[in-house]
Amino acid sequence: MTDISAQLLAQVMDARSQKMPLKIIGGNSKAGMLARKVTGTPLNMAAHQGIVSYDPTELVLTVRAGTTLDEIEAVLEEQGQMLPFEPPHLGDGATIGGTLACNLSGPVRPYTGSIRDMALGVLLINGRAQHLRFGGEVIKNVAGYDVTRLQAGALGSLGVLTEVSLKLLPRTQQSMTLTFELPQNEAIKKITALTNSAQAVSGAAWSEGVLYMRLSGTSQGVEATHKLWGGETLASDSSFWSDLREQRLTFFSGDEPLWRFSIKPTAPALLDPNDMLVDWGGAQRWLRGDHELADLEKLAIKASGHVTMFKGGDRQKELRPALSNTHKKIHKRLKQAFDPDNILNPGSLYGWM
Amino acid sequence: MPEDDMIVRNDLVREFSSLLPIDAIIADRETQKPYECDGLSAYCEMPLLVVLPDTIEQVEKIVAICYEKQVPVVARGAGTSLCAGAMPHSQGVLLGLAKFNKILEIDADARTARVQPGVTNLAISEAVRDLSLYYAPDPSSQIACTIGGNVAENSGGVHCLKYGLTVHNILEVKMITAQGEFLTIGSQALDTPGLDLLALMTGSEGLLGIIVEITVKLLPTPENSRVVMAGFENVSQAGDAVRDIIAGGIIPAGLEMMDHLAITATENFAHAGYPTQSHALLLCELDGTSNEVEAYITRIENIFKKQNATTIKVSQNETERALFWKGRKSAFPAIGRLSPDYYCMDGTIPRSKISQVLSKISSLAQRHGLRVANVFHAGDGNLHPLILYDAGVPGELERTEQLGGEILELCVEAGGCITGEHGVGIEKIRQMPAQFSDEEIKQFMNIKDAFDPAGILNPGKGIPTLKQCQEYRALGHDHGHEAHAHD
Repeated sequence: MTDISAQLLAQVMDARSQKMPLKIIGGNSKAGMLARKVTGTPLNMAAHQGIVSYDPTELVLTVRAGTTLDEIEAVLEEQGQMLPFEPPHLGDGATIGGTLACNLSGPVRPYTGSIRDMALGVLLINGRAQHLRFGGEVIKNVAGYDVTRLQAGALGSLGVLTEVSLKLLPRTQQSMTLTFELPQNEAIKKITALTNSAQAVSGAAWSEGVLYMRLSGTSQGVEATHKLWGGETLASDSSFWSDLREQRLTFFSGDEPLWRFSIKPTAPALLDPNDMLVDWGGAQRWLRGDHELADLEKLAIKASGHVTMFKGGDRQKELRPALSNTHKKIHKRLKQAFDPDNILNPGSLYGWM
Repeated sequence: MPEDDMIVRNDLVREFSSLLPIDAIIADRETQKPYECDGLSAYCEMPLLVVLPDTIEQVEKIVAICYEKQVPVVARGAGTSLCAGAMPHSQGVLLGLAKFNKILEIDADARTARVQPGVTNLAISEAVRDLSLYYAPDPSSQIACTIGGNVAENSGGVHCLKYGLTVHNILEVKMITAQGEFLTIGSQALDTPGLDLLALMTGSEGLLGIIVEITVKLLPTPENSRVVMAGFENVSQAGDAVRDIIAGGIIPAGLEMMDHLAITATENFAHAGYPTQSHALLLCELDGTSNEVEAYITRIENIFKKQNATTIKVSQNETERALFWKGRKSAFPAIGRLSPDYYCMDGTIPRSKISQVLSKISSLAQRHGLRVANVFHAGDGNLHPLILYDAGVPGELERTEQLGGEILELCVEAGGCITGEHGVGIEKIRQMPAQFSDEEIKQFMNIKDAFDPAGILNPGKGIPTLKQCQEYRALGHDHGHEAHAHD
């Protein structure tokens, strides 16, 4: 429960005066994934932790960025509440600041939203070593530009997050998973058909010939949907969803590069269905193996989306698709607007920013 | 019009004539008149020129010409903004997007619709009703306001608590940059590579780009929706009921509150069956599968009883549900009948501060000798105090603006913000320093420069100048910002 923001500010100020890059580290749980390789003096966030304010009746939580997801989840559980985006930890010590910087959300994402959607406010240190607050602790806030949500997925390139305010939700009363044995393309069609009715779906994934549909809501609602849809029920102590979220399923084992497609959910299978795992109701698809980014990009574009090299492989190369010239220009100028000396996680997102 | 402006105008008319049909260029004062203000008619200005393009290529070229000549461009949808965000610039072009009124594609499987910015909010839901889908954000002006304007303001509505704001319900935007370049932000997927420019663009009030196409998310229509209406003897009981609902783990589809003046005014106008003797009214909508809704309604009724509600009614059918909402949705015009003019505020506060802030608003109003009716989104703490005044009485508008400013500062002090969904525009620009430090304002300016280096898009709105901030602070107004003093 310490506030080390004064020390963090001093470190950023120092880095700025020496024009020496900083590598921002939370719990170091995402080493070797998501971002490109960053070289710089470590800026350790893990000690900057603690809950700043939490009133369960407001459904809002404000925490220091180095607070671990484990701690947050334990505190919320006591009050019957949860982080609505089911964050993947992907390692020990994962922090809330890192989760926002990486824009990481779990299987529930298409149905209740992402961490980006739930982010209400941030306190951050920009590259000028200024400690700035944007957004706030209320659900509706349209004063000024939405700098808070801009941090989601920016991989620390625009600021050192020191505090985050998030919208919460009550824990759902009941969950149940229905399974259907189906080939991938049939499963994608079934997801579309089932989620087009207003039932309380909280997850839809396909792996190795089985479609998993998770329902969450009141016990009455879940039971009624089960009756309507049929399917086998998965044992209530099954770890399928947490194994999927934490990439512990057999599919994810081994050292081959892991590719993440983020595409239009209704797009048919991209490659041999046996090589892929489907999550987010079809909107997020995983692929293992050695591939060229450019080749996969063609597939992603056809499916109205994009692909990134999520984990492994050569992380000095570009991991994300090339941007148009106009996009690139605005990205560079925005980086400049927040970090004129290019000291905050330089190159984390793209080599040129 | 000054002679220099006339020269610029004539020059622009000549250039635009090669792009647009002659009736899409409005240069005469009389035809321009309807464009002089938006929904906040206290702020008026005549533009140099109004243009009404109908293709993306035309918008591209218009903006490119304006960029080259450094002429301000103000985009406008239906002009329903309540913050003077669409008020013209006296030396600029007003870019009307009303002709972009087509729904381009509906993808029922992916539950998305690709629409032009001039399509009205309600028209989207109407177009997909037969597919049992709808577009969730529903501002009270939804019959008239456009989706492009909704994106520019990050509009909300009565269903935000459960379904989110515009930013949560759009996937992709096609826009023209300040330099006249075409740019697609967001995607048909759930995220994009690179920075989340879609988040930045949403709610940017026309300062970062001109929106020319939007892909919105659609939701399946709930199987059942019902409203529980309850009257209370005082606002604090209603406030406690709101707290108990949320603490009980229920997220209603909508949770609205009105005070006594608002209840009587809307009942006289809409005849929705509101209990006019009550001092606070709550409308709580539950949606989902039929058995879920039934279970929730019982719990809500119990919460209302526990807080000593004097009347409780549950909508028995769709007609009655629509009637209950009719009162709330017509609250502004209904209250407008009580007074020659009214001024709508939009602060947001933590839910726990509702009754405390309402009683402070009422004492501030008394001090200024003005009446205030309160209608608000209780579920998300978004207040809409309506100050009643008469612009014909000398000094009354000034007193109203003074009171309005004090209410916004009160919201910031209570841990909230100056605007929940209406935007800053010109109207709330004075109070921006109550919420933000000079360094934070400067960061906003740097973002603006990244998108619009020449500063031609909607200049003078949204973000104050540092000089305006200094003037505000010099008047001893800095308490709000002190409340979140930084380390």
